[in-house]
Amino acid sequence: MMNNDNNKKIEKIIGDYKYGFKTETDDIFNTGKGLSLEVVEAISKFKNEPDWMLEFRKKAYKKFVEMPQPDFGPNLDFIDFDDYTYYIKSSKKVEKDWNDVPEKIKDTFDKLGIPEAEKKYLAGVSTQFESEVVYHNTLKELESLGVLFCDTDTAVRLYPDLVKEYFGKVVPYSDNKYAALNSAVWSGGSFIYVPKGVKLDKPLQSYFRINSEQMGQFERTLIIVDEGASLNYVEGCTAPIYSKDSLHAAVVEIYIKDRGYCRYSTVQNWSNNIVNLVTKRALCESFAHMEWIDGNIGSMLNMKYPACILKGEGAKGTTISIAFAGSGQFQDTGAKMIHLAPNTTSTIISKSICRGGGVVNYRGTVKHGVNAIGARSHVECDTIILDDKSKSDTIPFNFVQNQKARIEHEATVSKVSEDQLFYLMSRGLTESQALEMIVMGFIEPFSKELPMEYAIELNQLIKLEMNGAIG
Amino acid sequence: MAKVLEIKNLHVSVEGKEILKGVDLTIKTGEMHAIMGPNGTGKSTLASTIMGHYKYEVTDGTITLDGENLLDMKVDERSRKGIFLAMQYPNEISGVTNSDFIKTAMQARLGEDEHVSLFKFIKSLDKAVSDLKMRSDLPHRYLNEGFSGGEKKRNEILQMKMLKPNFAILDEIDSGLDVDALKVVGENVNNMRGDDFGALIITHYERLLDYINVDYVHIMMNGRIVKTGGKELIAKIDALGYDWLKEELGLEDEEEERKQHVVLGSCAIKKKTEAK
Repeated sequence: MMNNDNNKKIEKIIGDYKYGFKTETDDIFNTGKGLSLEVVEAISKFKNEPDWMLEFRKKAYKKFVEMPQPDFGPNLDFIDFDDYTYYIKSSKKVEKDWNDVPEKIKDTFDKLGIPEAEKKYLAGVSTQFESEVVYHNTLKELESLGVLFCDTDTAVRLYPDLVKEYFGKVVPYSDNKYAALNSAVWSGGSFIYVPKGVKLDKPLQSYFRINSEQMGQFERTLIIVDEGASLNYVEGCTAPIYSKDSLHAAVVEIYIKDRGYCRYSTVQNWSNNIVNLVTKRALCESFAHMEWIDGNIGSMLNMKYPACILKGEGAKGTTISIAFAGSGQFQDTGAKMIHLAPNTTSTIISKSICRGGGVVNYRGTVKHGVNAIGARSHVECDTIILDDKSKSDTIPFNFVQNQKARIEHEATVSKVSEDQLFYLMSRGLTESQALEMIVMGFIEPFSKELPMEYAIELNQLIKLEMNGAIG
Repeated sequence: MAKVLEIKNLHVSVEGKEILKGVDLTIKTGEMHAIMGPNGTGKSTLASTIMGHYKYEVTDGTITLDGENLLDMKVDERSRKGIFLAMQYPNEISGVTNSDFIKTAMQARLGEDEHVSLFKFIKSLDKAVSDLKMRSDLPHRYLNEGFSGGEKKRNEILQMKMLKPNFAILDEIDSGLDVDALKVVGENVNNMRGDDFGALIITHYERLLDYINVDYVHIMMNGRIVKTGGKELIAKIDALGYDWLKEELGLEDEEEERKQHVVLGSCAIKKKTEAK
């Protein structure tokens, strides 16, 4: 009884929560529902792409058709690929000046608070609206440093040699069915190149948004951090709520050269009807360091395992992630660390929470190859299950192929202890305040890594999701 | 006017076993009470029951606060009404800083339109931390996580100082404290004395009471308060233990004897026998 009432309350709140809106826009180009070689060719032609990209897309499409669904995790057979629209373009040009952005779209961004955020700490904003980046602003400071920051479509036109050298190398189109799908129909995403020795202190940021019913979103991000350079990139996404399923298959490729550093932070908060199947992978050369800060709050079904390939000696990989599965949600997330060179190190910290019948799984791989002499890994997976209806599995795979490597794995699964609740309540906190405080404390190792604005938003989202967790 | 915490004929069971067998006790603000007694006689059960711990089932009797039925209130409500329990084994809460927790607890006592002033909060927290001679990084550490036994106890007293309850129940706050810490904690509790503050101090040894000037001393045995007096009782127990009282009252402390038996039957004796 209590639970039903609370669920209704949550639905009511989520129903009009501040990012749950959409803006009417006129489509300029729309491939219609379904996917075929013709659709793939039409997308490439419309974008006026070079032949090599068209060929890449066509090969990827063939692979996509051939490849089976993944043989692990949740069953994806329900996905009807004919039921999605693979490309829509809503406004003609990539904008650089805020004044030139169409009013309707600006209105959306105003609701997302982008101008304020920008003033505060953004060095540059690249915002995705429908399948295409419409607003793109790079500060002169970035340009003067030689940093390239634009949407990936533009990068194909402006920096063809650079893109061709790296595109599809860290995540080949044949990697998995959804990487193949993305490679065939990709659109938008961010391209960043940070030249040798350039260190960007301020985070670079981008907002993504699905804004059309039944529309798939297949952004493609390519980041190259050159020798000794460093980058802190923040990807943000919020989505309006729809009645029908929406498919999202993104690919993120990151290449970090010797002694480079890259941090990539995301709080994934798609609305609860979206299927989110993402391939994220970074390749680290000698003494390079990759950090994935990966939050998963939204989506109906989410599969995401940010990976680091530690190719060069002394390379380092870090993943700190949280996953929250509420009613009707399935979070199958984790991390992969592939050690291929001596003295490489990796750390995985994963925090999972489920309630209201949600399912949250940790799925991780740590591999120490034959050459990874002296490699070290530390894995920590903690789960809190908030009620009897919810489920969680921890599925770690550890492979060690040499005698001088070390993997530590710690995992805990717990319910919130009644004694902890009693302790907090004995100081005057209500049961829900106490529970909220325990959960916030639980995810603190993650939230403290986020920029302030994101941490605040994350806290608000968790509070909203926690509403009605008692009953 | 003084507030009154009144316990009448309290019977409490834990997992079906009766621990308290009719406790009567009245505490007013402005008064300091000590409860002493051997191990396992129900002192901590009394403390946890007043706070409303989920494991303790009240089978008979009443607890009222200024005439209001405390037993009808949830734990958090009791706290907001002015009851405070300094626990014997405080929990650790990872990821929640001490200062955030204390501030949230203070805020819970205020109306929706009122807010804890950050400046005043920091100032009073700093002062309380230094009064208790605690490490100055304490506000930024996670609640009780990695605290030593003594630090945890001091942290309970810190919370008491910040929340300013009407009635504080201190459940063996002296256990695990070294001599210096005992003095600091005792003096801080003693300094709470005032018209709006009453305390129930549970202890089974006397040294803490060297620093706290109590008005009443109660002796608890077999789930009842068997004797009430003034400070003179402390000295007597210090010198003679509890046996005289058992004799005086004709009591058999079965619990104690059974426990002793277990101790005697353990390895030391066996080893001796084997050696022969």
